[in-house]
Amino acid sequence: MARIGVFICHCGENISATVDCAKVAETIGKLRHVVLSTEYKYMCSDPGQTLIKDAIKEYNLTGVVVSACSPRMHEPTFRRACAEAGLNPYMCEMANLREHCSWVHEKNDITTEKAIDIVRTQVEKVKLNYALQPIKVPVTRRALVIGGGIAGIQAALDIANTGHRVVMVERSPSIGGHMSQLSETFPTLDCSQCILTPRMVEVAQHPNITLYTYAEVESVEGFIGNFKVKIRKKAKSLDEKICTGCGLCTTKCPQKKIPNEFEQGMGNRPAIYIPFPQAVPNKPVIDRENCTYYIKGKCKVCEIVCPTKAIRFDQPDEILDLDIGAIVIATGFDVKHADFFPEYGYGKYKDVIDGLQFERLASASGPTSGAILRPSDGQVPKNIVFVACAGSRDPAKGIEYCSKICCMYTAKHAMLYKHKVHEGKAYIFYMDIRAAGKNYEEFVRRAIEEDHVEYVRGRISTIYEKNGKLIVKGADTLLGGQPVEVEADMVVLATAGVANSGAEELAQKLHVSYDSHKFFAEAHPKLKPVETNTAGIFLAGACQNPKDIPDSVSQASGAAVKVAGLFSQDELTREPLVAQVNRMAPPLYSTCVGCFLCQPVCPYQAIEREEFKARDGKLIKAVAKINEGLCQGCGTCVALCRSKSIDLHGYSNQQVYAEVMALLNEY
Amino acid sequence: MKTGIYPGCSLNGSARDYNESVFALAEAFGLELEQVSDWNCCGATAAHNLNKDLSLALPARILALAEKNGMDEIIVPCAACYNRLTLTQTELRKDPELRNHVSGIIEMDYKGTSGIINVIEWIDKYITPNLEGRIVIPYAHKVACYYGCLLVRPHKVLNYDRPEDPQSMDLVMSKIGAEPIYYPFKTECCGAGLSISRTDIVSKLSGKIIEDAESRGAEAIIVACPMCHSNLDMRRNDINKYWGKEFKIPVIFITQAIGHAIGLTDKKIGLKRHFVDVKIS
Ligand SMILES: Cc1cc2nc3c(=O)[nH]c(=O)nc-3n(C[C@H](O)[C@H](O)[C@H](O)COP(=O)(O)OP(=O)(O)OC[C@H]3O[C@@H](n4cnc5c(N)ncnc54)[C@H](O)[C@@H]3O)c2cc1C
Ligand code: SF4
Ligand code: SF4
Repeated sequence: MARIGVFICHCGENISATVDCAKVAETIGKLRHVVLSTEYKYMCSDPGQTLIKDAIKEYNLTGVVVSACSPRMHEPTFRRACAEAGLNPYMCEMANLREHCSWVHEKNDITTEKAIDIVRTQVEKVKLNYALQPIKVPVTRRALVIGGGIAGIQAALDIANTGHRVVMVERSPSIGGHMSQLSETFPTLDCSQCILTPRMVEVAQHPNITLYTYAEVESVEGFIGNFKVKIRKKAKSLDEKICTGCGLCTTKCPQKKIPNEFEQGMGNRPAIYIPFPQAVPNKPVIDRENCTYYIKGKCKVCEIVCPTKAIRFDQPDEILDLDIGAIVIATGFDVKHADFFPEYGYGKYKDVIDGLQFERLASASGPTSGAILRPSDGQVPKNIVFVACAGSRDPAKGIEYCSKICCMYTAKHAMLYKHKVHEGKAYIFYMDIRAAGKNYEEFVRRAIEEDHVEYVRGRISTIYEKNGKLIVKGADTLLGGQPVEVEADMVVLATAGVANSGAEELAQKLHVSYDSHKFFAEAHPKLKPVETNTAGIFLAGACQNPKDIPDSVSQASGAAVKVAGLFSQDELTREPLVAQVNRMAPPLYSTCVGCFLCQPVCPYQAIEREEFKARDGKLIKAVAKINEGLCQGCGTCVALCRSKSIDLHGYSNQQVYAEVMALLNEY
Repeated sequence: MKTGIYPGCSLNGSARDYNESVFALAEAFGLELEQVSDWNCCGATAAHNLNKDLSLALPARILALAEKNGMDEIIVPCAACYNRLTLTQTELRKDPELRNHVSGIIEMDYKGTSGIINVIEWIDKYITPNLEGRIVIPYAHKVACYYGCLLVRPHKVLNYDRPEDPQSMDLVMSKIGAEPIYYPFKTECCGAGLSISRTDIVSKLSGKIIEDAESRGAEAIIVACPMCHSNLDMRRNDINKYWGKEFKIPVIFITQAIGHAIGLTDKKIGLKRHFVDVKIS
């Protein structure tokens, strides 16, 4: 005889503000087989859990229904509590009264009725639950880090230093990411390259790290501890083992006018190129789209000049198959460019540039060797305007969020400008100055007080060119919205930080969620900021949202610890909520008729073939069999099976049927 | 499809030239345009600053009349009227309770079934597709299309063209042979309703638009709003005095420009009514 206990949580006021919990408890208490129905303010708290544990023992419960929040949130908590009290954890079900009821309805009788209905379905279901044992799976102790910016670098080094193997995949020819493009970094103004390049080298030389640059993730299958990853190594058209990185080819290549990505288009590069002098690896690749040989069928100048004969024009892309235990996504971000802003001239004006371009101008290794010279005519700008929140915090532009890094780098830019052009005038137009970070506010104060940067609180409505000047029109909201017009020689837009190109496709390959701005989504905004919704896949850096270097690095170390934690286990336990094809005594073996229609529909390739053979080896019957390690419990095969031979543990046909009938029947 | 027209006050007054050119185009392209019967003021700039009910009821009555007249859509050539009417339609569509309330005030059923189009949408829909072979005097001049504020803003409500750098008039003008220039004042304020109370501000603001357009080589400013037209054209003397310059650039309604291109007489399209002389070669 089933003995069910029902525990109704108020979730503070999250549930009790709209649902009459006492009434739910009372009504449910009258249902058949329910021996206890009680309520409590915080069921997940220690006293709440104790309440459940004690009740299990006292009432000798055979099933538990916790009516609280989403099972995504606390199912593991309550199942663990049940297990501690000696009940099989899978005899515990959750009724979601918060997300499915109290949060989405107003306070009234119907809301409480709905809450009762939700709990009733779970009471009927739990009566049919049966004990399940967790599945054990092995762990491959090798991590994949996707993206070689500072976040990826930090994560890879941290994992590698715990003694585990790491594969890093970077799609561009060098690692380093955006940080390698920066001049000096807030809030200390230390040189970006100086602190970054030693780490890049460490990655390349670390015995536990295998680095694939010019490579991308082709596909990912499998699950935590057991991913099967295909990597496409794009052809560099060069034998890296022979190439010494002398760079002779790059000086002789006749293609010289290809916009240089590293310099943000403010300079050119050849078709065979090393992205920047400190690149890791420091060997060239041929950009086939722009190479004369691939376009016209002749040239091969690089092949002729190469002293070690390393050029390989017929090199194909290479596909690598890797077994991976955990994945860190660190693919970073991008910024909008001036062409996103019709009101600022769509990028038509050469001297209206974005922040990354300014970084290159200010960088000692940049196109002007660090001199602040405007792109149009190479003059030193005497009046310079910085526009903060360009695109950010602007619903009309579709970007409601704050890009977080630009207040700080704009202060830095104005400072760097003043350090180099003493007599120049720097204006910053801003909405608010967001400088919440260690030593950040102090940094901004320095810009204002020591470097005399003029901060004007107001937005820029338009920028246009007139008689060789950029007319910047805005308002000073601290002077009652008075119109302000500045005749500038150069304007720097602190454009919004946005998701990196290809983020959406990558998210789909990895089966992880992303938000409406295509940033990767964390599993929980507060308590699981490094995890994704897919077990074994973690986030690091600006691929989650725009962040600065300290935040990216901290998160990367967080992700690394998660990976190391995973790898510290000999085997992983998996939820036994998987599908099963029934089995019975010979001569039937199973009601499965062996049509194998289920095989192609399984998204995880979890359905195998089992053959029953007679002693003489003759095949008696072939039936479907589910690989528990691969099955994700999606239930697609269950719906498809014509002979109803497949059932899903925890969601059996009977259980779901009982839930539906509970809703249809009077009580 | 029955298309009506809501002229609003200015098309019967200061912008008779606009009215004439709209009807001249309709006639030339065989398009029926019936006036909304017994129409009233749209509320203009006054109503929504004073009383919310009034600001909704006035346009709602016009729209209800259009429905009653069986009009599937109405063309609203005045940008301000277009703005008020569309705003009302949007507000009432969002909020059925408000709709009932306003229906009560105007004592008429308002369903929101008549569409609202501005003059450029009307041109795009009925005139540009039939332009082929009709152009006798290509409008071969550099022009500055001036949209003003009300035709494209607020974008959320009107959902028409790009609010920062609109293109719809530029496109129409290039179809009749003109060369629209890029200039930064397309949607800057002309001074609008200050036309009467603070002519000095109008002189300053409208003057900026004119100065910039002229300095970039435009030979005419093309508009689709009676208010813009009167500020840029009727107030030209004040503007010139304020700036101490002799701006000569004419201000032409887009309907007049098309009318001229298809060979209608200056009189027919109201070109003789302007304060700043228009001579199109
Ligand atoms: C103008 C500007 C100035 C800044 N100044 C400062 C400063 O002074 N101080 C500071 O703390 N922060 C600063 N920042 C922020 C800093 O750039 C970021 O915090 C940092 O770059 C984030 O590192 P990341 O590794 O997460 O991303 P990224 O630097 O963007 O690196 C991501 C890497 O992943 C690679 N990648 C992308 N997609 C894929 C894929 N599908 N497969 C494989 N690889 C992929 C990319 O090629 C790149 O190498 C500034 C940012 C800007 C825009
Ligand atoms: S073959 Fe291509 S990469 Fe090599 S030198 Fe010619 S253009 Fe440059
Ligand atoms: S960080 Fe500052 S400049 Fe950037 S979006 Fe936020 S408030 Fe605007």
